[in-house]
Amino acid sequence: MARKPSAPGDSPSDGGAQPNVSRDELLKLYRDMLLIRRFEEKAGQLYGMGLIGGFCHLYIGQEAVVVGLEAAAEEGDKRITSYRDHGHMLACGMEARGVMAELTGREGGYSRGKGGSMHMFSKERHFYGGHGIVGAQVPLGAGLAFADKYLGNGRVTFTYFGDGASNQGQVYETYNMAELWDLPVIFVIENNQYAMGTSMKRSTKSTTLYGRGEAFGIPGEQVDGMDVLAVKAAGEKAVAHCRAGKGPYILEMMTYRYRGHSMSDPAKYRTREEVQKMRDERDPIENVRSLLLTGSHATEDDLKAIDKDIKDIVNDSADFARQSPEPQPDELWTDIYADA
Amino acid sequence: MATEILMPALSPTMEEGTLAKWLVKEGDTVKSGDILAEIETDKATMEFEAVDEGTIGRLMVAEGTQGVKVNTPIATLLEDGESADAAPAAAREPAAQPGKGEASRDETGEAPDRAPAAARSAVEAVSTPEPDEAPDWPEGTTVKPMTVREALREAMAEEMERDETVFLMGEEVGEYQGAYKISQGLLDRFGPRRVVDTPISEMGFAGIGVGAAFGGLRPIVEFMTFNFAMQAIDHIINSAAKTLYMSGGQMGAPMVFRGPNGAAARVGAQHSQDYAAWYAAIPGLKVVMPYTAADAKGLLKTAIRDPNPVIFLENEILYGRSFDVPQMEDFTIPFGKARVARKGRDVTIVSFGIGMAHALEAAEALAKDGIEAEVIDLRTLRPLDYATVLKSVQKTNRCVTVEEGFPVGSIGNHISAYLMEHAFDWLDAPVINCTGKDVPMPYAANLEKLALITAAEVVEAVRKVTYR
Repeated sequence: MARKPSAPGDSPSDGGAQPNVSRDELLKLYRDMLLIRRFEEKAGQLYGMGLIGGFCHLYIGQEAVVVGLEAAAEEGDKRITSYRDHGHMLACGMEARGVMAELTGREGGYSRGKGGSMHMFSKERHFYGGHGIVGAQVPLGAGLAFADKYLGNGRVTFTYFGDGASNQGQVYETYNMAELWDLPVIFVIENNQYAMGTSMKRSTKSTTLYGRGEAFGIPGEQVDGMDVLAVKAAGEKAVAHCRAGKGPYILEMMTYRYRGHSMSDPAKYRTREEVQKMRDERDPIENVRSLLLTGSHATEDDLKAIDKDIKDIVNDSADFARQSPEPQPDELWTDIYADA
Repeated sequence: MATEILMPALSPTMEEGTLAKWLVKEGDTVKSGDILAEIETDKATMEFEAVDEGTIGRLMVAEGTQGVKVNTPIATLLEDGESADAAPAAAREPAAQPGKGEASRDETGEAPDRAPAAARSAVEAVSTPEPDEAPDWPEGTTVKPMTVREALREAMAEEMERDETVFLMGEEVGEYQGAYKISQGLLDRFGPRRVVDTPISEMGFAGIGVGAAFGGLRPIVEFMTFNFAMQAIDHIINSAAKTLYMSGGQMGAPMVFRGPNGAAARVGAQHSQDYAAWYAAIPGLKVVMPYTAADAKGLLKTAIRDPNPVIFLENEILYGRSFDVPQMEDFTIPFGKARVARKGRDVTIVSFGIGMAHALEAAEALAKDGIEAEVIDLRTLRPLDYATVLKSVQKTNRCVTVEEGFPVGSIGNHISAYLMEHAFDWLDAPVINCTGKDVPMPYAANLEKLALITAAEVVEAVRKVTYR
């Protein structure tokens, strides 16, 4: 049922989990992760300039989790997550322009400026938010899976939450019902070690979070969330389990966020050295970059071209997000009720 | 080209800060993620990271400087091969204010007709000039006495027949046949796929219900009582009511939360609360609280078809009471249309739910003394039929409201405020709100009776406003 636990600081996961991956696939994984990294850096910059307001939670460091799992998803599968959601949106194919313009609260944003960083949705890309209340997305995700099972459409829902949300009671109410009803939902715990400022050690005596599923009969495993190929392999296994009608599956992704919890977090609860060590030794993007180069799958010039392309997309999204007008005042009164 | 590094906003409210310490010096090479400086905000000392690579040109603000405004240039960053003398980027970005984008400059050009739209209150937004006085069913329709319980069951069964995506979930709704027998027989008729027994997990199954609504179904979530829905209120309000707005209209939660609400008999403080005013306060929810069996049936069918989250507040004491229900193929009642239950010229009594029982009993007693009360059953609290209330008060010039809930922030308070604003010149007396008392519900039989609203209190209030 369970694999040996690993911490994100450990060496890359054992070779057994590594799938065969083509050059094109590897390049796409690199590109998708890099887009999130550069997008988030730009968002941080715009926040600093006062163009993005309120809370803004960056995904930098955790890119391999969503990119690896998206590589295991099929068209029509659903995803739902918390407020640290920019990476999930880019990874499932939402436009950088629309996401950035929502961050700046403009008409061109996915919610026309009415949702903000924490509340964005795309029915077209099957992205169901963007939820600001820690843990609330967990039963919502199981509910999406309930609908899919009811409709018999063979779809799977990726329900993302963090190590912090893992201590919310509704997660376990949901585990119980999801297993009871064999719902096709993958619970993805993005264990980045810190619930805002509280480390795992200070919030629980459990050494693993996926293991809590055993009490409900839900299989799961811990995965090196800094290794995009290990993430993809685990995702494929979980998807197969769900699609076979065997009910939910838990993936505990051992990952790490480089930035503070939100933009206003000075992150004094961990050492600078701890962050730097992770960046230097375990960076998910650098890992794939060196795989590409050492395996002679790509040249420095190939990667430079990708870097430039990504930079252009991100700069274009920032320009769009600044030029898009604020919502019209009468937008205040729309979308409160759907027409009966 | 050299770029300027600007004083960052490091919290949602920061406007200025202290540049406590530089961690780089002129000529240092930096890359993304390197710490440039420590900046003190009103809350904390924050590390400020580089987001681009390059060489530090000039440090423009000395360390220790206080009150550095957000977006003030504090240093220059040079690209490869540039000298520190390079002019900073010629077209410097206009300094944006925190929380205010450039587009806000356009505000001065705002069309004048937009301002009233933004300024209007929620009350005005839902008011209509003329009440809809059409009867609920055509004259001559056969009616049959039916209990509220049977009416609710028929409404659900008819809608489940009509729409395959409608399903019922909750505690004991299936094999137990419903804690209050509302869902009796539905499991046999529709099977376990559509009549889903849940464990005792209000927060969890309310959330799953909302998710299922996001995913294309039309859930009916039954709470054994709305007292237990407090465990689930985050999903009702944050997940169900707000999503349509937060998604810019892309998706919402077409669903019904239903169950008994308010006091039953002798069940104490934790099982006896009326939540009408709580839910009616939330934009994005619709709130229904029927009194008669006909309203229970017609409004529940409308609720199940409505594309928004609907709170449907029933009452345990009313479940067994019988009322005439029209025998029609497809009987529905629209939301936002009050029912004038009794015509009168001397005073308007506004109520809903079980409050109607007290209001009608009081009207009967008052009639014996020659005081003719007009009794209005609101039926839905959101949307609320202001027009019918207003028209009646303009005729009677007096108003008493009746409800079971707590007095502070009650529906009666809201109606009083509305009448102050819209019928001030028609009122001949202050509006009186008859409510439950401002105490947790006691258990002792005599104290419980004192805590609840009674017909006698309504009679007394009417005598006060009519000076008789």
